[in-house]
Amino acid sequence: MTRIPRTRLLALQALVAVAALLVWHVGATVPIGGTYLLPKFFFSTPLDVIARVWKMFATGMIWKHLGITLTETILAFVIGSVAGIVFGFWFARKPLVAAVCDPYLKMANALPRVVLAPIFMLWLGLGIWSKVALGVTLVFFIVFFNVYQGVREVSPTVLANARMLGMNDRQLFRYVYWPSALSWMFSSLHTSVGFALVGAVVGEYLGSAAGLGYLIHQAEGVFDVTGVFAGMAVLAAFVLVIDWLVTIVERRLLVWRPQPAIV
Amino acid sequence: MVTLRVIDTKRDLVRAPAVALDGVAISYGGDGTPVYEAVAPVRLEVGENEFLAIVGPTGCGKSTLLNAAAGLIRPAAGTVSVFGQPLAGINGKAGYLFQQDALMPWKTARDNVAVALEVAGRPRAEALEKANALLARVGLASFGDRYPHQLSGGQRKRVGLAQVLIRNPKILLMDEPFGPLDAQTRHIMGTLLLDLWAQDRKAVMFVTHDLEEAIALADRVVIMSAGPRARIIGDHRIDLPRPRDVAEIRMEPRFHALHRVIWNELREEVMKAYGALG
Repeated sequence: MTRIPRTRLLALQALVAVAALLVWHVGATVPIGGTYLLPKFFFSTPLDVIARVWKMFATGMIWKHLGITLTETILAFVIGSVAGIVFGFWFARKPLVAAVCDPYLKMANALPRVVLAPIFMLWLGLGIWSKVALGVTLVFFIVFFNVYQGVREVSPTVLANARMLGMNDRQLFRYVYWPSALSWMFSSLHTSVGFALVGAVVGEYLGSAAGLGYLIHQAEGVFDVTGVFAGMAVLAAFVLVIDWLVTIVERRLLVWRPQPAIV
Repeated sequence: MVTLRVIDTKRDLVRAPAVALDGVAISYGGDGTPVYEAVAPVRLEVGENEFLAIVGPTGCGKSTLLNAAAGLIRPAAGTVSVFGQPLAGINGKAGYLFQQDALMPWKTARDNVAVALEVAGRPRAEALEKANALLARVGLASFGDRYPHQLSGGQRKRVGLAQVLIRNPKILLMDEPFGPLDAQTRHIMGTLLLDLWAQDRKAVMFVTHDLEEAIALADRVVIMSAGPRARIIGDHRIDLPRPRDVAEIRMEPRFHALHRVIWNELREEVMKAYGALG
């Protein structure tokens, strides 16, 4: 494939957005043969949505919800990661524990986590902790499996070499197992942060008093399609910003890795 | 060629060899799986200051023997002694250069070399300083900040060599270290190794399947038979003068004479090994 100049690529990408918005706008405001292709009631209009997003930020009401969702995401990510790392190491170093728990782990991981949301709400209430718990169940397994793999997949040669260099068990952990496990965990950073956010938003959606998921759910409840789309737009932008931050962190942490072919 | 030996009067006149394998046999399996006897009881000594090469067909258990000398695996029978002391656990007097990449990919070349001193409890500043000096000695002075994936195969081997040498081990164990490299790089690495070795003449056990490389580098070449139950079937002193240039020494008539004699012994075993593979 030939390389497309950056400005041209940007222009083409913008064109897609403009075309989509134009189709949406025309469909919602211009009757064709007496009917609207995209009735306002179901689809709102791009201008209304933009105006609503603007209002959300202008009045400042959105910040509180963004803050709540962000807090839940971070808490879910941190708690899920720490638990995943601890259990990943433990299981990788103790094959018996791993073998005994294997079917239960598989069972827990196979369960669609959404069904747990009502239980968490029952146990932890409508506050942020039920959402954090949901996020943790999602993040935990990703980090757990990666750390487990990272510890087990340490190159036997690197390990033998480290032992020949005179490393004791503690040093092997610090210089070999730990970096290897972390590198596996970081390589799934996008997925685990993404799942932390999914947990938070889905949890809010199912029952809460604040957050982006709550906003969308509220709007939906009163057939405020503009509000739903505005909430979705803010959520999408929020995810992009977080993803971008994760990419920066990842570049910093995995500088020793060969760069992937596609950037 | 006369070699002068300085006799250390403080010790016994007959010094214990650097590494002595006495009746060492190695087998795998057991506990339900069929036992595979890789190496039959072997007796092998490597003198202090001696460069020993072990040659044999692929899969004959040369590396296994080396791992026993390193303390990475326990022999099924026999004892390994290091300077007269029976070996228990890892051989702390030995540095090991592996065939595969053994550097920590998440550390720079400099940190990979320095860590070998750091784990011995030396301050980081001192370790980094020595690491820089050693990288310079293997010709990589300006590559300290590179990560292993940013280096070529030959450069990674040099870093590995620096990592091994920074601890100044009395014994060097090398398992086909230049195996994955191209022919020119192998010559360069061989000459570099001999240069470094000539400075303090550590005891070396160098495993290779390349007879020419063995003759060019070593004082003594030992031939192993094809496995299973591999044995030592030949032991040849290489009386080529030092210092040697690894590429040029191959033109010498004496090199050819030695090569012919040893190859005649080795050929049959190589054929056996191929026959076994089908």
